[in-house]
Amino acid sequence: MPDLPPPPDAALIRARGLTKRFGSFTAVDAIDFDVAHGESFGFLGPNGAGKTSTMRMIGAVSPRSDGELSVLGLDPELAGPSIRARLGVAPQQDTLDTELTVRENLVIYGRYFGLSRAECGRRADALLEFAQLTERAGDPVEPLSGGMKRRLTIARALINEPDLLLLDEPTTGLDPQARHLLWDRLYRLKQRGVTLVLTTHYMDEAEQLCDRLVVMDKARIVAEGSPRELIERYSTREVAELRFPAGIQDSLDGQLDGLAERVELLPDRVLLYADDGEAAAVAVHQRGLRPETVLVRRSSLEDVFLRLTGRSLIE
Amino acid sequence: MTVMSRVVELRAMQYRRTFRASLFSSFLNPVLFLLAMGVGLGTYVDRSGSATQALGGLSYLQFLAPGLLAATAMQAAAFESTFPIMAGLTWQKVFHAMYATPIGPRDIVLGNLAWIALRLTMIAAIFTIVMTLFGAAASPLILLAIPAAVLTGMAFATPIAAFSATQRTPEKFNAVFRFGITPLFLFSGTFFPISNLPAAIQPIAWFSPLWHGVELSRALALGTIGANPLLAIVHVVVLAAIAIGGAAWAFRTVERRLVRG
Repeated sequence: MPDLPPPPDAALIRARGLTKRFGSFTAVDAIDFDVAHGESFGFLGPNGAGKTSTMRMIGAVSPRSDGELSVLGLDPELAGPSIRARLGVAPQQDTLDTELTVRENLVIYGRYFGLSRAECGRRADALLEFAQLTERAGDPVEPLSGGMKRRLTIARALINEPDLLLLDEPTTGLDPQARHLLWDRLYRLKQRGVTLVLTTHYMDEAEQLCDRLVVMDKARIVAEGSPRELIERYSTREVAELRFPAGIQDSLDGQLDGLAERVELLPDRVLLYADDGEAAAVAVHQRGLRPETVLVRRSSLEDVFLRLTGRSLIE
Repeated sequence: MTVMSRVVELRAMQYRRTFRASLFSSFLNPVLFLLAMGVGLGTYVDRSGSATQALGGLSYLQFLAPGLLAATAMQAAAFESTFPIMAGLTWQKVFHAMYATPIGPRDIVLGNLAWIALRLTMIAAIFTIVMTLFGAAASPLILLAIPAAVLTGMAFATPIAAFSATQRTPEKFNAVFRFGITPLFLFSGTFFPISNLPAAIQPIAWFSPLWHGVELSRALALGTIGANPLLAIVHVVVLAAIAIGGAAWAFRTVERRLVRG
């Protein structure tokens, strides 16, 4: 079985027409993407967009239904164990062993990769340090907070010093402080040159961590680029968010025309897309409209998603 | 082989937390059963001439103990192949975590089955020591009753593990115990010879894997295996066939669950 690392400039992951079907349901519909060595690559999209199915195909645990896929230069169908030996996987749901201690979870995971006990112990201690869990080393897993469990799951995924780290919704369900701590850890990995592939439905997470991302919706890729590029391509520099008193918004029709490049009416607010959000807000007032609140902010990936799909990321 | 041994290593690591209590109950269980049924009830049974005749001149304790050995292996096997499999695939999902490493579905199945076989060996060995202390061993061949009991247990462990991998909640496990394990425990020749059952029901007992296990362990513990070696071979073949068929089924059900995620 060929098991040589790909040349440094080659894509670590290459997908063409990649498809996953479950019976008559198509979870991933003929998507194309490449992930380069050392890159931090994201799949952004709402729940059910096909992100996890894609990750499981990359992780060589779920066979593709159609198309081509190469991971680390190998075909997951033919070389599953060889690929998995060089991946680190942090699944969406923590799959920690609650019958073991924090440190034992790391040690046994290293054993799965065939590392010696002594090596597993050394790496476990270093990873506990990295995940800021050294003080909890001998504790059972269950009383740990959500953020700690997540950090342990990610530490566990690093025990084999993977060439590629797969993170499925790394911070879903965590409070803001825990998220920022986790982002900081992931950012350090990125700086060390670890190739990260992650899925998220948080635009701020994608902006923080991804060099490049694809936006997925309904099993397809609808856009691709760096967060900055996507915002420039699909949105304006700024957005003015207006909230009107109840009932007023429905009677606005036409009154906002021409105030911005694009006007988006959401159930609870109006978005004015303009390069100068402040000026757009002023123009609203000049027309005699009185929104209850006005917030001018920079465009985000949320706006890109809204533009591409007509829907919000988190509903 | 080496890959599968890592799965066994995990199970041993998990077991370390509870092994003292577990070994103690492996010892206490046969002591209590042999005291109550073998000695207590046995005293009454042995006073009845017709019973002694039906048991072929054996004391009730001698008759009961090897059957109970096989039945205990069955019960332990059924337990070990239900809840721990559900924990690995559904609750903690530790098997899914393993599958993200070079370990494959077959290694996971084989490793778990090897662990169950190890546990059954411990349980059967302790049981055999207790039996010997009670004076229920009539032949040194009783040592071979240990692998016979393990084989009996595996004939239950493999198909039950395969079934467990198809379940997402433990509700049907109750049915397995209530309508499978308990009736077999009671009517497979453990407590009384199946010749005491109504003639119409007797052939049904032949379909009970436990009956084959009970007969085999008994023939070994009492040293009567030489009387009908062909029958002993039939018992081994039946039990091994079920164990292997169950393992093949478990390969399929466990793999399906792991691939589906």
